[in-house]
Amino acid sequence: MNITHMPFKAMLTLSWRNLWRNHRRTLIMLAAISVGVWAMIFMTALMRGMVDDMLHQGIRNLPGHIQIHHPDFRDDPSVVNSIASPGGELLRALNDPGTRQWTGRVRVPAIISSERESRGINLLGVEPRAESLITGIGEQIIEGRFLDTVDDRGIVIGAKLAQRLETRLGKRVVIMSQDPENNIADRGFRIVGIYKAKLPGLEEINVYAARGTLQKLLKLDDRISEIVIIDEDFRDVETLYQKIKAAMPDTLEIKAWYELDTYLNSMLNMMDGFVLVWIIIIFLALSFGLVNTLAMAVFERTREIGLIQALGMRPGMIVYQILLESLLLLLIGLSLGNVLALVTIIPLESGMDVSAVAEGMAMMGASSVLYPNLTLDDMIIANVVVILLGTLTAIFPAWRAAKLDPVQAINTT
Amino acid sequence: MSSIRCKQLCKTFKQGDEIITGLDHVDITIEEGEFVCLSGPSGSGKTTLLNAIGGLDTPDSGEIHMDGIRVDQLAKGPLADMRLHNIGFVFQAYNLIPVLTAQENVEFVMQVQGVAARERAQKASEILKEVGLEGMEDRRPAQLSGGQQQRVAVARAIVSRPKLVLADEPTANLDSVAATQLMNLFSQLNHHHKITFVIATHDKRVMAYAKRLIKMQDGKIIGDEMQAPVVAELDSGSGPVAGSTQYPE
Repeated sequence: MNITHMPFKAMLTLSWRNLWRNHRRTLIMLAAISVGVWAMIFMTALMRGMVDDMLHQGIRNLPGHIQIHHPDFRDDPSVVNSIASPGGELLRALNDPGTRQWTGRVRVPAIISSERESRGINLLGVEPRAESLITGIGEQIIEGRFLDTVDDRGIVIGAKLAQRLETRLGKRVVIMSQDPENNIADRGFRIVGIYKAKLPGLEEINVYAARGTLQKLLKLDDRISEIVIIDEDFRDVETLYQKIKAAMPDTLEIKAWYELDTYLNSMLNMMDGFVLVWIIIIFLALSFGLVNTLAMAVFERTREIGLIQALGMRPGMIVYQILLESLLLLLIGLSLGNVLALVTIIPLESGMDVSAVAEGMAMMGASSVLYPNLTLDDMIIANVVVILLGTLTAIFPAWRAAKLDPVQAINTT
Repeated sequence: MSSIRCKQLCKTFKQGDEIITGLDHVDITIEEGEFVCLSGPSGSGKTTLLNAIGGLDTPDSGEIHMDGIRVDQLAKGPLADMRLHNIGFVFQAYNLIPVLTAQENVEFVMQVQGVAARERAQKASEILKEVGLEGMEDRRPAQLSGGQQQRVAVARAIVSRPKLVLADEPTANLDSVAATQLMNLFSQLNHHHKITFVIATHDKRVMAYAKRLIKMQDGKIIGDEMQAPVVAELDSGSGPVAGSTQYPE
């Protein structure tokens, strides 16, 4: 005799039929689970998309995926802490096909003055073609043009800065900074382009000039402030990081984006935790309905549970049967919820216009088009959480059913 | 199972502030193959004794032995196993599982026992035929009359050939024709298969089928006598028992 071997099919049949005894209640519960699961996955995809966009924007706007500088540059980003342009083994590693894109920049603090206003800025001396590929600055030009060559004599400023300086395209501005001997270095530049950044805050800070022109102004020869490298995926830069590190001199410092911008990194880590918390919160709301449904199902079947106990079903089998019933409910609800999520997310993958809240999105560093990011991991987490916690939730009513006194249960009217 | 032996069984219930005596030092021995009726007015302790013998209820004191096993000391699991393999229950209110068909209700106990599907289906069909429900295998309880439901319950109780059938007021909700059919069925099963029957009833017509009549009052046994049962149908062979024999007057 082995009572634990009651055929699974028989248990499944009994559970399935019990589930549909009260069609309306089961359908309402299924709707609640489906909508809950949909909300878990859909909202997670939206949030994931938003955070990815924030990270992408944040990384793309300057840091790149990996940076190399003088060890003191991060504490004192002045012209004094410059480095030689890459050469030898480092240059070979940077030009390796495994490196997607790299560029060398001059980056110094400076003052920009129009005939009306002066502002402190972050002056960037860039190689125009590579910079455009890395930051996409070329695509952000709304007036005029971006820089053409490393010796271009023009300057590109943000729309917001132009507004603050009360200047415009074609006007001249004066840039003032310091050379390595701490002498004032200044010269006039004509505004050849105005850009509009996805993050408006950057428009006021970053000003682009040609690297060669700036090197001459600051008497830097071919020295630069930083080397910026882009890998294929910002989430996986470790291999490239190690390769570049091995190729560069020990006198330089190499940092990945998550070390350079700890805020972005913590945001990425926080997102994973937030997804789990979000899923659990929705599940908690669902669990009340689930417990209530199962408790009612047990309550309505008190007499019947007493009967099957009297007939010789062990308490453990009764728990098994009730859990199987809840599992069926959860599986159907999950399937519907997953399908609903896929059906609603896939059409939005080409972008969702949230320009109505663009200002708020910009404050968070995200753009006004949201691209939901549906990941298999997030779907798996939502499904596993619902199955695990749902089954745990069902243990209480199942345990109560198994604890019923058969005589009292059978005599229940 | 050779016999049931109860020694000094006591059971009380609390109803508000009042203590009600269910069983008061009951001593009883029932041998294999007996057809016993427990009679007495409501509250005399018939059902309490039946539940105690069946392991559905635990006495406050005393001992219950079945085949040398102390039933009153078994844990829930082994007690469930004991009921599953040795005892068939027939309740007053039929107590079928409403979501299962007649056939599935009869198969249920065998499913829990782990009997193979084909054997289960064959036995269930045979027993349903035996109780006169051929052709109604696929009906759910709600589609059957009270008498038919009780016959399904009886079929479920006896299909795995238990050594003991405990029936609590099995005819209380049946009309006289259905009740007669049921009692004839019990008599035949007792006669042909040597199944021990213990039936709690206060219906004198049911008592007439018993070979032994135990009278109870206030939780005590006040009479225990052998009697000549109604056996009119018993020599008619093993054909369908759902005949038209009327209750003895």
